[in-house]
Amino acid sequence: MKVKVKFFAILRERAGTAEFTKEIKQGSTVADLWAALQQDYPKLAVPGIRLLYAVNRDYVTPDRLLEDCDEVVFIPPVSGG
Amino acid sequence: MFRVTDKPIKLQELVDFVTDPEAGAIATFIGTTRNNNEGRRVIALDYEAYPEMAEKELVRLGEEAKQKWPICRMAIVHRIGPVQITEPSVIIAVSSGHRDAAFAACRFAIEEIKRTVPIWKKEMYEGGEIWIGTQSGQPLPRS
Repeated sequence: MKVKVKFFAILRERAGTAEFTKEIKQGSTVADLWAALQQDYPKLAVPGIRLLYAVNRDYVTPDRLLEDCDEVVFIPPVSGG
Repeated sequence: MFRVTDKPIKLQELVDFVTDPEAGAIATFIGTTRNNNEGRRVIALDYEAYPEMAEKELVRLGEEAKQKWPICRMAIVHRIGPVQITEPSVIIAVSSGHRDAAFAACRFAIEEIKRTVPIWKKEMYEGGEIWIGTQSGQPLPRS
């Protein structure tokens, strides 16, 4: 199955891409996807920061099971205001 | 009114939006771009959002504020893209029957924005740039 991944801010810069689709195995979690993306983009992980996770525009925990066509976003520490 | 925009934010638009015959108070908060941060001389800020989710989170925090306080109307507009020193990056306006609720909801809104809304600021300072909130990483030298 395929999911849509979007990167923002520091993750977008480190990956060098903002948005793409990624083929993943049935039964993959958000954490599994993050592990796979770190293989694809070796510079992606930012040491010492805590990521949050969103699927289809809602915050989720990393054990969330992914479904076909989900939109997954990895959220570095927010700093609006 | 809950939105992100790449245009300058106009306070009066938000005040007009929350104006309500039942209201005895309108509280506003304006977040502005400061020329210094942690000893650095700041040149400008550059904001980025996950716009669809940011607007959804703004609506959610607005609903939460309505449950906590008897407010009439609320408006929040957050700017994205480059924001120059002194310019507003975010404006919040809240109307309520009495002033306590408007002040409290306004304060709640800015704290929630800083805590949960997927918006990020990159600080451009003399000598480099940094995504705020990722300071445990090294500042990025400007290329």
